[in-house]
Order: sequence, then C-alpha cells, then structure tokens
Amino acid sequence: MRKLFGSRLLQVAVLTCLMVIMLGASGATDPAARFNKLGHEMICTCSCGQILMECNHVGCPVSGPMIEELRNQMLVSGSTNTSILNWFAAKYGATVLASPIRGGFDNVAWIAPLLVFFLATIGTAVVVRVWKMRSTSTPLTASASSHPADQALRDRIRRETEY
Amino acid sequence: MQAHPMPEFGSFALLLALTLSVYTLLAGAYSLWRPSVAAGPDTAGRLGETARRAGMSSFLAMSCAALALVWAAFTNDYSVSYILHHTNKALPGAYKFAALWSGQEGSLLLWALLLSAYGFVLRARHRVDVRLSAYASTILAGVQVFFLLLLNFAAPPFAIQPGPRALDGFGLNPLLQYPEMVMHPPMLYLGYVGFSVPFAFALGALMMRYPGEKWIHITRRWTMVTWLFLTVGIFLGAHWAYSVLGWGGYWGWDPVENASLMPWLTGTAFLHSVMMQEKRGMMKSWNVWLIFSTFMLTILGTLLTRSGIVSSVHAFAQSSIGDWFYGFLIIVFGICLFTFFKQRDHLKSENKLGSLVSRESSFLFNNLVLLAACFTVLWGTLFPVLSEYVTGSKVTVGAPFYNRVNIPVGLFLLFLTGIGPLLAWRSTSIRSIRKNFVLPSIAFFTMLIALLVFVDRPWNDGDDMQSMIFSLMTFSLAAGVITAISAEFLRGANVLRTQTGKSLAASIVLLIRRNTRRYGGYIVHFGIVVMFIGIAGGAFNQQKEQEMGYGDTLTIGGYRLVCQSFTQDSNANFDTEYALLDVYKGGKKITQLTPEKRFYHASETYATMVADRTTLQNDLYVIYEGKNPDTEKPIIKVFINPLIVWIWIGVAIVVFGTFVALVPNLTKAAMTSAPARIEREVPEAEVHHA
Repeated sequence: MRKLFGSRLLQVAVLTCLMVIMLGASGATDPAARFNKLGHEMICTCSCGQILMECNHVGCPVSGPMIEELRNQMLVSGSTNTSILNWFAAKYGATVLASPIRGGFDNVAWIAPLLVFFLATIGTAVVVRVWKMRSTSTPLTASASSHPADQALRDRIRRETEY
Repeated sequence: MQAHPMPEFGSFALLLALTLSVYTLLAGAYSLWRPSVAAGPDTAGRLGETARRAGMSSFLAMSCAALALVWAAFTNDYSVSYILHHTNKALPGAYKFAALWSGQEGSLLLWALLLSAYGFVLRARHRVDVRLSAYASTILAGVQVFFLLLLNFAAPPFAIQPGPRALDGFGLNPLLQYPEMVMHPPMLYLGYVGFSVPFAFALGALMMRYPGEKWIHITRRWTMVTWLFLTVGIFLGAHWAYSVLGWGGYWGWDPVENASLMPWLTGTAFLHSVMMQEKRGMMKSWNVWLIFSTFMLTILGTLLTRSGIVSSVHAFAQSSIGDWFYGFLIIVFGICLFTFFKQRDHLKSENKLGSLVSRESSFLFNNLVLLAACFTVLWGTLFPVLSEYVTGSKVTVGAPFYNRVNIPVGLFLLFLTGIGPLLAWRSTSIRSIRKNFVLPSIAFFTMLIALLVFVDRPWNDGDDMQSMIFSLMTFSLAAGVITAISAEFLRGANVLRTQTGKSLAASIVLLIRRNTRRYGGYIVHFGIVVMFIGIAGGAFNQQKEQEMGYGDTLTIGGYRLVCQSFTQDSNANFDTEYALLDVYKGGKKITQLTPEKRFYHASETYATMVADRTTLQNDLYVIYEGKNPDTEKPIIKVFINPLIVWIWIGVAIVVFGTFVALVPNLTKAAMTSAPARIEREVPEAEVHHA
C-alpha cells in the first residue's frame, strides 16, 4: 500500500485531478439561488405553516407580498442574509423565521443536539473502552448467560447472523 | 325519542370490549400474582385461561364497533356526529370506508381495533410460551383498557348529533381523498400499535424474571413486522404529501411527521442492538429501555397530535384527551421505571469486548447515531414550547433546522451502514480490514472525484454550497456502501458456485435462502442506501413559476412545456380548473400533463391535483396554482426533482429485504451445516476467538 501511494505517478495523477476539479472555483453567488435560499428560511405568515417559497394555497393574501418584500430587501445596498431575515423578524415576529437564528435563547436549540451527541459519543467511547478492559482482565466466554437453554438458541442465532 | 340502532350497537360493542379488556387485565393479573399458573385444574390456571379468552373476545367486540361505524358511513347516517363531520353522500365508497380513520374518534377506534387484533394473535399463539404470553396478554390488556376508556368516555365515535338529522354531511377533507390515504393511516397505525407487543413481552419478561433471551427470539418477528408496517406507513405518508400537498416536497418536518419518525428511529436501534443480546448476552438493560422508549414515543406522538401542544397542519383539533395521554404516559413510565429498578439485577450482563474495532462497537455507534437523530427530532418538535415558556415569545423550528442538524447525522449513519457489516464480531484483524475496505474505499473516492469533475463543484454554488457538499458526500458514501454489500454477496455466491456448479444468479438466490436473516439484512441496508441517493437528489432541485395562457411556453431543465388549453369542469363532488400542457424534450413531444385545482362542495375547500411525470432521472412536477385575476391566465409552477423515484424504489427494496429476513432458512440441514461451512470457507472478516 505504501509502495503504491509512494509512487510518483500516483501523486501526479491526484494533483492533476485536483487541478481539474478546482478549475472555475470562483465562489460566485447567484442572486436567484440566494433569493431561493432566503425564501426557504422563512415561513408564510398566513398560518398555513408552509415555507414561504412553498406556500401554494389558493389566493394566499400573504405569500405574494412577502416574496415581493424579499425581492425589495435584496435590492437594498449592503444587505446581508442576516439583515434581511432580521428585517422580516422585526416586521412579522420571530415565527416568520423557519429556524431559531436570532441568538440568545435561540442558540440553545442548536447547541443542545450537538452537546448531547458529543457527550453520547464520549460516553459510548468510554463504554467501549471499559468493555475492552473487562475482556482483557477475564477471558471471553462464548456466552454471557449461564442459562443452559440459551446456548443452543444462541448458537443457532450465531449461525444465522454471523458475518 | 328517535332510535339509532347502529350507533347504539356500536356503543354497546365498545362498552363490551371495555368490560372484556378490564376482565382480561384483572383476571390475568390475579392469575399471575398467584404462585402457580400451570396448565392444571387449579383456580389460577382456569382464571388465566378465561382471561385469555376474554381478551380474544374483545377483538370480536371491537370488530363489531368498527363495522357499526363503517355501516353508518355507508348508509349516510348523519345522526352520528362523526359521520356528519367526515362524510357526505357524494363521497366515493373507498373514502367512506377511510372515514373510519379520518377524524380523532375514528382513528382512536382504529387504534383500539388493531391493538385488539394484535392481542388476538398473541393470545392465539400463547403456546409459544404460556406464562410469558400470559404476562404480555395482561400488559396488552392494560393498554387496551386505556384506549377503550378514551373511546367510551372522552372521544366517543358514536356520539349523536343533536337536533334534526342533516340531509347531507360536511364531507371528507379533500386532501384525504386520495388512494394512498386509504392505506397510509392503517399502515402507520399497524406500526404504531404493533410496538405494543414487543413492549408487552419485554415488560412481562422483566416482571417474571424470564430466563435468557428467548423472549427476544419470540418477539423478533413481531418487531420486524411492526417496523416494516411503520416504515411503509411513513413513506406512504411521504408519497401522499408529495403527490397531494403540491409544494414540491415529501417531508416537511412537521410535528406529526416527526411523531411517526421518532419511534421508527428507536425501533431501528432496537432491531440492531437486540442482536448484541441474542448473540453475546450484552446490553440487556439497554434493549429493555429501547423498546420501552419506542412504545412511549408512540404514545407521545399520539399525544403531540391530539393535545394542541404543538401546532401542525396535520394535527387533530385540540381537545381534552391530551390530558388522558399525559396521565397514561406517566403511568407507563412509572411502571417501566419501577419494574426496571426492582428487577435490574436480572439484567446483569457480562459486557465484554474483544477489540475496539469490532461489530459490537459498530452496533453501539449505530445506536448512538439513531438515538441522536431521535433526540434532535424530539428536541426540535418541543423547542417552540420550551422557548415560549422561557422567553415568552414563540419561535418556529422548521425544515432548515432539522436539515442542518440531521443531515450530518444521516451521513454518519450511512457510513456505519457500510462499515458495520465489514467488521467481525469480537475482533477484526488489520489484514481483514485492509482486505474488506479497499474496494469500498476505491468506490468512494472514484465516485467523489467523478462527481467533482463531471457534475458539480460545491464552491461554485455560493449559497447552496452546504447542501451540495452533503449531496456529493451521500453519493460517494452510497457508492462505497453498495460496493461493500455487493462484495459480500459475491464472496458468498462464488464459494457456493464452486461447490454446487450453479450460475452466479442461482448461487446468490441459494445464498440468500440459506441465510435469510443475514442477507435479508444486507438487502434492507441496500434499500436504505438507495433511499439516501433519492434524498440527496434534492440538492439539485429546480423550480419555475409562470403565467401560461394558450400557446405560452415554459422552459426548465431540458423540458419545454406548452399550454394547449385551460378550462373548467364540474361533478357532484367538486368543481375543477385545469390546464392541458404538452411536454417536449429534445424537440420531441413526450407527454401531456393536466395539473388541476379542485373545489370540493361539501367541505368548501380547495385541493391541488399535481401532474407528475416520473423517470429514473427526475420528476417533472407541475402544479396549477390558480388564475391571475387580472389576466385570467393560469399560474403554473414547475419543479424538476432529481432522483425522487429512487426513494420509493429504496422503500420497495427495504420491504423486500425485510420479507427475506422474515422467511425461515432453506432447510434445517442448511441451517446447521451449509452456512457454517460457507462461513468457514468464505474469505471474510476473521473472528478472533479468545
């Protein structure tokens, strides 16, 4: 494996691929994509509960004017995505935003899942480590259960699921 | 005093079902409390048998109640308030039948009916293990009593409408007048309610200190069938949303959708981690709590949709029955907690691990990821309530939040789907890792580079960069996982081919039939990967909206739509406006689509009828939005949704794989010798036995 990756030819091939991939990497921002993205960051305030750009109920008196407001806000010089969303939140209330992004307590919404996932990952790693240490201190047995009837069943399950 | 024979019969049937269920609960509990419930002629044994029969009879009573409601719907009996509010004379027969579950009372009746049906099967098969079945039957009767109390006293489906009988009903919500709506709720409920059975077995096994893991083996098929129903139910709902709601998507992270997803996630975790207990006697406490949580999440989901605690377009009207569910949830949690602490010494297991790199570790991380996803969904669903409580202001937690948090979790899950099966139980050697991972890794990198070169470079997408990166990662991981799964099939099939001289295809079939559980699981994984591919296609969605008068053209994603005409029509059930659109691709006419907008007379509501052309590459999804009042021209909205069909294909593969896993192995001889021989001979992950 080391020999393979050590070969000059492979290094050249990888570099060539990367160069081709990076061609045209301009980081340009398409206004239509930005408009669509912002429209998907908001909720129609007519109580239909739909994303603004996806509100499709007949004769909605709200979504059309809101979309027009979004177009106008995007034309304001120096406007950023955050400033536009803040403008809508100020006008229609926090529920207009499709996700909690105003800072303060809203941050808890984002932090909690990450924190739980992080702690659970650490917890799982600790559990794995403890189990590993246990098995080095005592030899592994075929079965953890001492019930004799289990052995035949477990053997069968092992046969059915062994990879 | 007007007579209402059918509603009265239905009400009586519900009362009888309640009586029988209460008897099953009390007599069953008493007979288990007595020291002996042997099948002898002692009092407790006879009492237990009468409890079992009463439980089975409750199914008959529930069937009569459901039949009475359906009868009332078909005979247009508008003296019944529920029928008045959910049907009308012009409603087609299939939807009159579907009215049984289109409202709160009816859907609770369906829940109780399905629960009694599951109970009937459980009690009929009690000889599998008489004492454990008796425990499970009693616990199930407890759940049944709760729902029947609701139906009899809080949400009676046979309530009589006061005043003179109406000439016609208010009709069924037009959104529900769609073929899938006849199937989606029963499927979902079969899944929801079905988890009561493994829950009852788990709690019963814990209460009676059931020796060993046999209870898991007994409930394995229950759990898998239930999980399958829930899977199909969820995706039928997604397909219905895609076909009917007309916003171009299939999953909006609505609280009601979330309520169905949460038990699916924990149920999936249970299906995986239960193997650890079966094979190694590990994670006993964990598994018990997983199935407890799954059942409680089904109740919580029902609570969320009926209590008004969260706002949802799908939720039933706010009512007092939410309080009943709070109470029931607290009681269930209390019983589970008490039983667990009382019997926790029975759940002691020798959790040992031969190596950090092993199947056991992958199962642990699989559970971690699934539960993290479940927590995220639950957190997002309840955060608006928490925010309002803490800050006093309401917030919305919608699709952007769930997508941002759950997509990385989903990618990690996809990664584990690929590497998990490549790891051996107990320990995986470096040589085995190198051998098993080379091909999938090559596939992953090849796909990633190919996509970057030929399809898309995320850094060129500006605002959409994140979803592009996730999408490309999904496709690349999918390539790796599919390669890994295919390699497993080919490895085993090649060994069989040399042994039997059969063709490769025949060898694969034989391989699957000889070890259905293992290869059925692989097929399910393959289906999940295909679904991920379909979901990842969403990053490349396009949409366009335009007024289209006669002869007007709209061009999007290689398609050209030309308006041939637009008109309106009417029948007894609804008025409709629609447009006729010719669709061209590459200068050639390929189809004609007719998106329409309907106005239903009875309910006085509008509904969108989407016109959809599906190919393996993409969906052309067309919506008639209405007419511009100034120009009188229809407004047409068109979506190009790439790879959507692969989601539904993936679900079909998952269903097939689950069926395969449920089928017994080919023969007893094959089970005892051939697979073992194949496993010895198939060059795969090496197991290090200590």
